[in-house]
Amino acid sequence: MTSTPTRASTASPADAETHGTRPARHLRMESVTHAFRGAAYRHLGGELVAVDDVSMSLASNPPQIVTLVGESGSGKSTVARMLLGLLKPAQGRVTFDGDDIYQLSSQGRSSYRRAVQGVFQDPYGIFNPFFRADRVLWKAIDRFGMARNRADALAVIEQSLAAVQLRPADVLGRYPHQLSGGQRQRIMLARAHLLQPAFIVADEPVSMLDAAVRVHFLNILLDFRTQYGMSTLFITHDLSNAFYVGGQLLVMSRGRIVERGGTDDVMMRPAHPYTQLLLASLPSSDPDVRWTDRMTDTEQTTAKPSPERTRCLFAERCPHVMDRCWHEVPPTYAVQGEPSGDTEIGTSPVRPAPSADVTGGEQGHAVACFLYDPAERNSPLPVARTSKT
Amino acid sequence: MTSLGAATTGGTLLSVRHLTVEYATVRGNARAVDDVSLDVNRAEILGIAGESGCGKTTLTSAILRLTRPPGRVTAGSIRLFPKGGAPVELLGAKGEELRSVRWRHVAYVPQGSMNSLNPVMRVGEQFEDAITHHDGQTARKLDERIAYLLDLVGLGAHVARMYPHELSGGMRQRAIIAMAIALDPDLVIADEPTTALDVNVQRVIIQTLRDLRDRLGMSLVVVTHDMAVHAQLADRVAVMYAGKIVEDAEVRAIFHHPRHPYVRRLIGAIPRVGGGRFRLDGIDGAAPSPLAWPAGCRFHARCADALPECSTVMPLLVATGAPVGQQLTRSMVACHLHPAEAIATDVSGLEVAAPSQKEDR
Repeated sequence: MTSTPTRASTASPADAETHGTRPARHLRMESVTHAFRGAAYRHLGGELVAVDDVSMSLASNPPQIVTLVGESGSGKSTVARMLLGLLKPAQGRVTFDGDDIYQLSSQGRSSYRRAVQGVFQDPYGIFNPFFRADRVLWKAIDRFGMARNRADALAVIEQSLAAVQLRPADVLGRYPHQLSGGQRQRIMLARAHLLQPAFIVADEPVSMLDAAVRVHFLNILLDFRTQYGMSTLFITHDLSNAFYVGGQLLVMSRGRIVERGGTDDVMMRPAHPYTQLLLASLPSSDPDVRWTDRMTDTEQTTAKPSPERTRCLFAERCPHVMDRCWHEVPPTYAVQGEPSGDTEIGTSPVRPAPSADVTGGEQGHAVACFLYDPAERNSPLPVARTSKT
Repeated sequence: MTSLGAATTGGTLLSVRHLTVEYATVRGNARAVDDVSLDVNRAEILGIAGESGCGKTTLTSAILRLTRPPGRVTAGSIRLFPKGGAPVELLGAKGEELRSVRWRHVAYVPQGSMNSLNPVMRVGEQFEDAITHHDGQTARKLDERIAYLLDLVGLGAHVARMYPHELSGGMRQRAIIAMAIALDPDLVIADEPTTALDVNVQRVIIQTLRDLRDRLGMSLVVVTHDMAVHAQLADRVAVMYAGKIVEDAEVRAIFHHPRHPYVRRLIGAIPRVGGGRFRLDGIDGAAPSPLAWPAGCRFHARCADALPECSTVMPLLVATGAPVGQQLTRSMVACHLHPAEAIATDVSGLEVAAPSQKEDR
């Protein structure tokens, strides 16, 4: 290998601690279910359950990165839209510091808006082509009254552009079509930097960026946590990006979270057969490590009516499928094994994982699969203690 | 398991020389592909890599003669040496001659092609269209042929009777690949065949393409920005940057001993799963605009190792020796750090490559 990976020199846990003065804030999803209905889903039996009983939480102190991975159609973007206040869930609540974000007072709403910012997948669709790209920055300053005059505002903007490694001269006054995808995505990050939100919800922010620019973007996201104490929900379909970013990992499939835990726990010791399938499919970028076994095709033809949902939705693709998988929704079981601990760049995975969160084992390694039911005698896998959510 | 190294046997199938493709825009001529030379060997899987906008798709559509205004080929030659036929100059081919080359000798799987099937026709009917248009077989033989083709890509014969919306994205992509090989072409060019597919489907597509090459012995050009796909599939990789090929080498040389600083940074920017978790560096700056390529090496402004001449003299793509395991393989690189003097004259002597090896960090 000729690349020279350098250990992160600045990212120490102590940096994160210095933000201890910031009040602890919480962005939570509590048993959220949402189905899309209408003529467009007629071929699916009238509705598409995009998110099915999903709970997750993001805390700002200490700042954390939570990664949500899943295939296309798994419901990732629906989760992002609900957290950003763009889609009211049919059932369950999305709360910010304990208050339902869809029932906030105008003052509460303003504070929520300031604290939770989104970065989206398509750096081309987010800008209005008729306005200069920096309008998203000026508007933010305007909206939240962040500067007294234009000169102050410009100083603030230039500072934020510098934080995302953009030269003001390259982007200020330019129209979106004059900027590259990487520049546009970084302007959105500069906007986040400007507002210093407690939470960034980044929905596939790097999937349209080239590899060389992608790493830049992810590094900035990581630095935002250590330097400014921002917590991020990073949504991606790319497991190698998920591994790079580290933190907590949630694996989503067909609207449900099927596995959660520290990134190293989940990716090095995947418990759910679905996670195992994803990892087995991940191409190694080393030509000497090519697949030697064959993957049997588990694809289903589409356009079938929505299946009965009171079962494991992975059953038809699962090599370990059991009778009960077809009739019951698997609850969440804890996965046994030594937790790998912190997954920050430059740290060696030895520190024990934090203790379980009050909302139900959200920090530990847990899996929604009957194979991990201690009562399951035929389980071919290590039996673990239960912790039903 | 893989046929690494088997690539160079069998001679050249396609020879691209000094190809230049320009797009006329209101702000001037954009030279999207600039003086590109490239060979595709028989039964070889050639990967073409590079960032968006580097000219990958422009290059492959020129090979297919699919360049449309405002784009036009302004210089170069593309010669095809089909099996059992006379060489064809693709840039000069017209009408019937061109049609007989397409699909029969060179097939194309365009970008996003899984969404390009006709939604109101059954899959089998679309196969019939393609086959009869370019070949003209009888209907009875067609059914068998279609079933055989679908089987080659791991789909059942019943898929022929289905409509595209009944198939998943990966199945549609495989149906398109089966259609591309319908007339047993010498060369299949696949543009981003795995992009926008889920990882397990990607894996099945990669597996399918490799199987097809192994079974049918065709050549395959795979264009993708995804380096991991090249690592898994390609025998040889040509990396493009700003309209030029900057490095063209055997896949292991590209990944383990990249020469060009751009390629080195590109390989170094790939997040890997497992092992230590290190901070990676991206590449600073943005790729130059095709409307105004910089003088000299087009990467010099972003290059940490740039020499004074890099900003004035355009480096040529020259052969150097790249060590792969115990063997020295031919590798082409366009970089002043790797001058033509480093050409390996003695294949047994690894020290030939030593002067340039110090550039590897």
